[in-house]
Amino acid sequence: MLFRRETANLWTLITPPTVWAMHFMVAYVLAAVVCAKTGNTADLDSVRWIIAGATAVALGLIAAAAVQAHRHWGFGDDMPPHNEPTDEDRQHFLGFATLLICGVSAIGVIFVALPALFIADCR
Amino acid sequence: MAGATVATNRREARRPRRIPARAPCLAVLLGGCSGMQSMLDPAGIAATRIADLFWVMLIGAAVIWCLVISLAVYASRLKKTPVSERTALRLIIGAGVVFPTVVLTALLVYGLRLMPELRTSDGDLTIAVTGEQFWWRVEYRLPDGRVVPSANELRMPAGATVEVVLGTADVIHSFWIPALAGKTDMIPGRTTRQMLKPERPGIYRGACAEFCGSSHSLMAMTAVVMEPEAFAAWIEREAADAVPSGNARGREVFMASGCSACHTVRGTEAAGRIGPDLTHLGGRESLGAGILPNQPDAIARFVAETDRIKPGARMPAFPMLPEDDLAALAAWLGGLE
Repeated sequence: MLFRRETANLWTLITPPTVWAMHFMVAYVLAAVVCAKTGNTADLDSVRWIIAGATAVALGLIAAAAVQAHRHWGFGDDMPPHNEPTDEDRQHFLGFATLLICGVSAIGVIFVALPALFIADCR
Repeated sequence: MAGATVATNRREARRPRRIPARAPCLAVLLGGCSGMQSMLDPAGIAATRIADLFWVMLIGAAVIWCLVISLAVYASRLKKTPVSERTALRLIIGAGVVFPTVVLTALLVYGLRLMPELRTSDGDLTIAVTGEQFWWRVEYRLPDGRVVPSANELRMPAGATVEVVLGTADVIHSFWIPALAGKTDMIPGRTTRQMLKPERPGIYRGACAEFCGSSHSLMAMTAVVMEPEAFAAWIEREAADAVPSGNARGREVFMASGCSACHTVRGTEAAGRIGPDLTHLGGRESLGAGILPNQPDAIARFVAETDRIKPGARMPAFPMLPEDDLAALAAWLGGLE
């Protein structure tokens, strides 16, 4: 599993951007399909609620990944650069990199969701 | 002392020459800020919002640029000892992560808040504009159901909300009247829309903003914002048939040369749909999609040298027309007001 892991690996590293990509897909594909099928002045209320829900889920998953990454990093006891050829440094490097990616992914998810907050129809 | 005086004198002697040299540059730079095709001199609500956004971004970018350069000068020239690791980390996180994120979020929210206002529906008037290589087919769809065809010129009443329905007959074009609103692409197989809310009466210039072929840069248009009463009178005249100018020879040349196969002049037997409607050609502000003054000699030149004036246009040139016939044709067309 990607969560509740004892050790970090490349899969835990790419989890946050994958969540971001999935959220992006849901938001854009859903809005595009609804607008294409219902026309310019269609009400997007239900789509906006679904995007709000997807945003909450995505941010929750990214937060969980961040908590785990913080643990893999060693709770910040060891500062970068983690460049020693040891298992511990590799873990700390992966944990720290994942934590940074969590930040970028969370910002990405919020930026993708913001249009749904302001734009209420397909025009 | 004497040396210093000489140096000062030289500097003063040089000064008057410098100012006139800079003045034209400044005039050219500022000249771009106004005029009939400037987004910095807005005459409509959408263009005003876009100009505001431009100034906010320009001033914000200038301030940030000054801060960054000042910091670089301070770090490289003035600060002699390195900062602590803790300060460096704070600087990286604060100025490198938090600050850009906050600025980008603020700009995104600002931009998104503009969009619903610029895309309201329920216009007072609908104008359909179709991009064609290299001109604009225009149709006024009036509230009473009448459709008034025209070309290469957009007239609208000040203060009204005008819905412009955009399409294309061939390739991708882009509809842009910088003084009134932003640009909107005209895409084959799709209908796009733009809402115009012109506020200030005047004559503005629009242009195709997407490369569409060899005469792309010669695909312009005139947008005339009129007082509402003047517009109401004008649209009635535009809806009516052509008023012949009495130049019978010009009309004969028009019909005999085959012009009517492509052009419509309502009120005559000319009903071609391939080229621009010429019913009220003489009443337009410009000729050939905004590239020539609307005068008989320019009309004659356009007919005789179409391929040189507008390379790639579908209209063939008519250099074989005798000069007298050409002049009569131009006078007749110019008289269609």
